[in-house]
Amino acid sequence: MSVEFRKDLFADERDDDLNEIGKPTQRQDMLGHVTGRSPFYDDHLFEGLLHMRCVRSPHHHARIRSIDTSEAERLPGVKKVIVGSDVPNNLNALLSLLDFGLDDEPLLSDKKVSYKGEPVAAIVADSERIARDAVAKVRVDWEVLPHVLDVEEAIKPGAPSVNGAYPANKFIYHGKYDHQKLRYGDVDAALRQADHVIEGRYQMSPIEQAPMETCGAIAAPETNDRFVCYTATQGLFFSLGTAAKLLDLSSARLHFIGGTVGGGFGGKVDSLHEPLAILGCMLTGKPCKYMFDREDEMQVGAPRGAERWYITDGVMNDGHIVARKFIGYFDAGAYTRLSSYAIIKGAGHLPGPYTIPNVYADIYCVYTNRTPATAMRGFGITGVDFAIENHMDKVANTVGIDPIELRILNAYRDGDMKAHRREAKNTALIECCQVAAEKSGWQTSDWVKQQSSLSGGGGERGQLPTHTATDQHGFVQDGQSGSYGGGSKRQEKSAYAETAAARAAPPAAAPPLRSMPVAQPPTQPARTPEPVQSAPAPAPATGPTAEPPQPQTRRSPARFSSISGLRRR
Amino acid sequence: MSKHRGKGFACINYPIGMNLGGDPSQALVHSNPDGKFMVALSSIDLGQGMKSVTRQIAAETLGVPVEDVYVDTADSDTGPHCMGSFASRGTHRVGNAVIQASQEARAVMLEAAAEEMEVNAADLMTDGKGNIHVKGAPSRSITTMEAAQAAQFKQGKTVSGRGIFLIPLSDVDPDTGEMTPVSCFAHAAMIVEVEVDDETGEIEVIEMNSSYEVGRALNPRLVEQQLTGGAWMGMSHAAWETTEPYYPERDHGPVDFNHYLMPGPGDIAPHNIAILERPAPDGPYGGKGPGEMCANPVLPAVVNAVFNAVGVRIDDLPVTPEKVLRGLQANGGAQPQARR
Amino acid sequence: MAQKPVQFTLNGEDKAAFASDGQNLLDMLRRGVGDLSPKYGCGQGACGACTVLIDGEPCLSCLTLAETVDGKDVATTSGLSSGSGIHPLQDAFMRNFAAQCGYCTPGMLMAAKALLDRNPQPSRDDVVEAISGNLCRCTGYEPIINAVLEASRSGASQPNG
Repeated sequence: MSVEFRKDLFADERDDDLNEIGKPTQRQDMLGHVTGRSPFYDDHLFEGLLHMRCVRSPHHHARIRSIDTSEAERLPGVKKVIVGSDVPNNLNALLSLLDFGLDDEPLLSDKKVSYKGEPVAAIVADSERIARDAVAKVRVDWEVLPHVLDVEEAIKPGAPSVNGAYPANKFIYHGKYDHQKLRYGDVDAALRQADHVIEGRYQMSPIEQAPMETCGAIAAPETNDRFVCYTATQGLFFSLGTAAKLLDLSSARLHFIGGTVGGGFGGKVDSLHEPLAILGCMLTGKPCKYMFDREDEMQVGAPRGAERWYITDGVMNDGHIVARKFIGYFDAGAYTRLSSYAIIKGAGHLPGPYTIPNVYADIYCVYTNRTPATAMRGFGITGVDFAIENHMDKVANTVGIDPIELRILNAYRDGDMKAHRREAKNTALIECCQVAAEKSGWQTSDWVKQQSSLSGGGGERGQLPTHTATDQHGFVQDGQSGSYGGGSKRQEKSAYAETAAARAAPPAAAPPLRSMPVAQPPTQPARTPEPVQSAPAPAPATGPTAEPPQPQTRRSPARFSSISGLRRR
Repeated sequence: MSKHRGKGFACINYPIGMNLGGDPSQALVHSNPDGKFMVALSSIDLGQGMKSVTRQIAAETLGVPVEDVYVDTADSDTGPHCMGSFASRGTHRVGNAVIQASQEARAVMLEAAAEEMEVNAADLMTDGKGNIHVKGAPSRSITTMEAAQAAQFKQGKTVSGRGIFLIPLSDVDPDTGEMTPVSCFAHAAMIVEVEVDDETGEIEVIEMNSSYEVGRALNPRLVEQQLTGGAWMGMSHAAWETTEPYYPERDHGPVDFNHYLMPGPGDIAPHNIAILERPAPDGPYGGKGPGEMCANPVLPAVVNAVFNAVGVRIDDLPVTPEKVLRGLQANGGAQPQARR
Repeated sequence: MAQKPVQFTLNGEDKAAFASDGQNLLDMLRRGVGDLSPKYGCGQGACGACTVLIDGEPCLSCLTLAETVDGKDVATTSGLSSGSGIHPLQDAFMRNFAAQCGYCTPGMLMAAKALLDRNPQPSRDDVVEAISGNLCRCTGYEPIINAVLEASRSGASQPNG
């Protein structure tokens, strides 16, 4: 185990003489941690605290004919059995606060369940043990429905409809398409002209965030008809807003306290506990705790969803990737939560940190009869990065180029155009590759060692494609306006002059295959030495004497100086 | 039957903050009569060090010692709105809000000092040790405590500041995916060496060598914490963890830590880290958020190392002994690739 | 429900509480006598966040019936520091930045203390084995191992530092 700081790199972009920034200052919370005094949400004691447990679906998919709570209510120590009709506004989508999806998920289901573990009633009792006993005494009359668990099965015609808001099991993007599109250049034309077409299928597993502190909240009556809520949430106002909406309460009546949380990793944004704990408190007048046990956390708490990716690359013999096509399926589980958003984030990330002239992606947010997925460390990115970097290794192997050299050959550099049509800035991929290789003793060529993120980019690599192939597939008639971007109010102009014609119908002739080489590694045979850069162009590498590209006119890097006016103390 | 070693490589970049913007965070800063500052946030510290990094950012901006700043997180009655701690947004978004709030409070503090010293506020500077003095004349100084007391008890000024940071929500073109996703990216490259037992299919991570570009290491120890723990988690995702071992079937899901597997202290591998800093133009003092991206390169690097060791491609995570053995069987045995 | 009186010492102080039927020690410590340092992580004896010492032996308080500590000595992280000073183990955890969220830390410290009390000069393998029942999701364990080794070199095995 060792840590080194490579202060030599990008040194002219930094001022390292600041008073406090860059210092290994002890954490403000460390003494509290080692003395066991850091106040987590469950470290607040309340006299007469009530405990909550949920009655959950044993089926993947079922209609609720009836719920009989009478026996549970008669159990001594049971204070209240809460069902869906007790929830003032029993339908929500987490991202509705951002206008990002239709309300599709009840707090407590009263008509139908769409995953095993979905809550249909909540017991409030004097102790956790009594609450557990009462859970077993609630009788639910289920009508079991056919279910679907695989993302590609779920979007076939005739598959069971998981989510009433999206009957075809696909989230509707921008009120227009049943998937998120990314279109940049003409991938199919480029694939036809590539020397190699390399395909792969990748499956990212669902993952549990597994914070050591499980999710939970305690709500208690506060003075002046307010409720205080101690919570492990990762988003205090996010949870407060969700609770206010579901409970139809003014946010002025809610006082949320948190901020010291025993790990989250994305698993504590779903805001399931705060509204139920507050509702339990409202209906009993007593402090009420709703906390996942570890089994809940693993099976009912939302995981990082599974993702399936298909990648097709068009690659030239010299290792330049000229086309990359993605078909992606995010397994959202039964409800939207944050999955629709993760896909947009993923789309903006493609094709990875590489400059590829033709990129295509169709990404589907698919509903299946499983625990809803939510955020986790690397949300929207981890799964596709696994796919991309696994695929890059296959590409390197196919064309016979060292894996690191292949990355640098295709790496994005300052001034390049990215597939979402914004300029790449502040890049540092090449330097990371070089340093990691050095640390590991991985032999690389001189060409690899000479490359820089600061040079070789821009020019033609910074231009938009002359033609982008677009299409209407997946168009949804009468797309729901509640889906993200449905309104035109946020329309903004393209930051780049790209004529509508360039995006619309394909040109009569096949578009030119645009390759975007930087200097060739000397070990590689040169192919298609097209003029690429406005700056001094590197000599097309024809032999071992090829020079590395000279740095282009240096873009003025940002400098950071001490705002307080004095450098080192 | 033998053990084979192999090295795998992967590199990544990572977007900092909620992808399309539209996620504001606010901060309030005020001084007590002794010139000690309180930063009020509703942001969450879930171990990543939110309280600590914003404390350093506030101290740097205010020009006072870090001991004179305390950060209070997450009381909705006192802390102003923040979207929350996720999407690697904490350091970037909240850090910028804290800078803005601290600048406003600092300006009042310097005005108060200027009035007290009968000089122009523009001629004053802080020394970061609790003193305010005339530029070029360190002897003409008063303490931040004297300035705060003068402001509050003589001049009737509140030494306080408000800050907000917002990247407005970007639109997305439905037909092309054109958008303005996040403003800065962190980077990483990772080389993992594994040993694969071709009899049991088990893999062992032998060593990790990595480089992480984080904009600026606002606190090097906190960055080290994230990278060390995050790479461990990446290793865990690669070869240990799943909630559904037979995905898409839901059977055999774990209900406890005896079935939900993670590498223990005996499974960890030496990890040699290099930290690179290319400041983000819009990051607080150039900082990006290292917390999420640190796990990402490990997953593909592990499967690439398995291929290098025995010639088996694992395209479905996690890498289990069963998958390795099935791959070896399909290939007719281990096919070690070029040593690196 | 049946209540049973339990008398024990907690970090050297006499305590008395009523244990309800089937109540575990973790619950009695936290809600019965107000020692919030042991944490609930799983309730299944698999994560170690609730680790306390009973007569010097590390025990999982979530799996220990409260009534069984009658007459015994219980030690928790709350008792590690005495007065204004902190225990060398706590100091080593701080210096090694061996906590992030801090939720596993109290249990981790008690497992480490039990080790150093019986083996003042542990090897790295000894440390790994001693904390193998304690899960941490943040740190990757390396800083924790280093902290325990460092504490052993500074004489943490002596009572109260």
